[in-house]
Amino acid sequence: MAEIRVFDGAPEAGFGDYVALLKPRVMSLVVFTALVGLLVAPVRLHPVEAFAAILFIALGAGAAGALNMWWDADIDAVMKRTKARPVPSGRVTGDEALAIGLALSGVSVVMLGLATNLAAAGLLAFTIFFYAVVYSMGLKRLTPQNIVIGGAAGAFPPMIGWVCATGSVSIEAVLMFAVIFMWTPPHFWALALFMKEDYHTAGVPMLTVTHGRKATRAHVLAYALLLAPVAIWAAATSIGGPFSMAVSLALSVWFAKGGYDIWRRDEILAEADKYAVEKAFFRFSLLYLFGIFAAYLIEAGLKAYGLGGW
Amino acid sequence: MAFRPPHEIHARRFGRNLGVALLLAGFVALVFALTVVKVTRGDPMKGYDHVVEPALLPDPGKTP
Repeated sequence: MAEIRVFDGAPEAGFGDYVALLKPRVMSLVVFTALVGLLVAPVRLHPVEAFAAILFIALGAGAAGALNMWWDADIDAVMKRTKARPVPSGRVTGDEALAIGLALSGVSVVMLGLATNLAAAGLLAFTIFFYAVVYSMGLKRLTPQNIVIGGAAGAFPPMIGWVCATGSVSIEAVLMFAVIFMWTPPHFWALALFMKEDYHTAGVPMLTVTHGRKATRAHVLAYALLLAPVAIWAAATSIGGPFSMAVSLALSVWFAKGGYDIWRRDEILAEADKYAVEKAFFRFSLLYLFGIFAAYLIEAGLKAYGLGGW
Repeated sequence: MAFRPPHEIHARRFGRNLGVALLLAGFVALVFALTVVKVTRGDPMKGYDHVVEPALLPDPGKTP
């Protein structure tokens, strides 16, 4: 039987490729931190509203991811880690990524506004704008501090979750933001130390390339040290309590020690054990963020039984 | 008249189409659930029906 094929040979996108466009692994972190921000707030949302809020915050983050994949396809095509993403591999066209990114941005912001309140929707819109325009289009290719700026975008979700419940920003929301903001640079620079991506060819001024690996190690230590007071201050506010203070202290001391270990080493030592310390620090950094936010959540759970909190 | 056999594009894109269908159905269900929650919680939404109803006016002595 004669068949007329629409295209021949070209790889075709499946549903999963469109899901990959939304960066599901970043989304999982967004879901977790936004959920914590929403649940530790002093105001209870109806479960359906809370579910919708988390869903649309995650969708907004996915939309920003799709816009980033559209804009950064040229960078992604050069680097090994990102070469197989839907746009550089040719399964999804750049125009499609742009259309999905814009459409989902609109849907997520409007729906978050309807499900919760306009302040939360505005904050989500600003986050998408900040990540897609300020970070991806603006500063990522201009400054070696790009990771710091990108980290700010990733730090918004718990604040949005908090605003969904309470309707306004408060010191607790700002401190949850600050924890992720200070955490992102050492987390990512540790990865940059051992992944050795070809950022130079891609035209991204990564700190390891522009200022060298020694300076990057110093930056990791500096941020790891500065993170500690922020995390401890956050645990001292209304979202914290003795339990989360203990967790924050222990994790922050260990994190700072990891930063110190990285700073003390040079490349020869690191090459010798195949970046074991850097890899361990990177893995621990994931545990750190999870631990701190899980502690706020447990504290909120304890409060329900009159145990946690100050 | 016999139905034409489905074009191969329908078979090839079945996964995508199914995914979109499920997403849309989920979205409809969520919007409906949100509507039910917001309506049953009874946020003030009664208005005038042709005639001014003094009972609906805000109490000047009370802050909203």
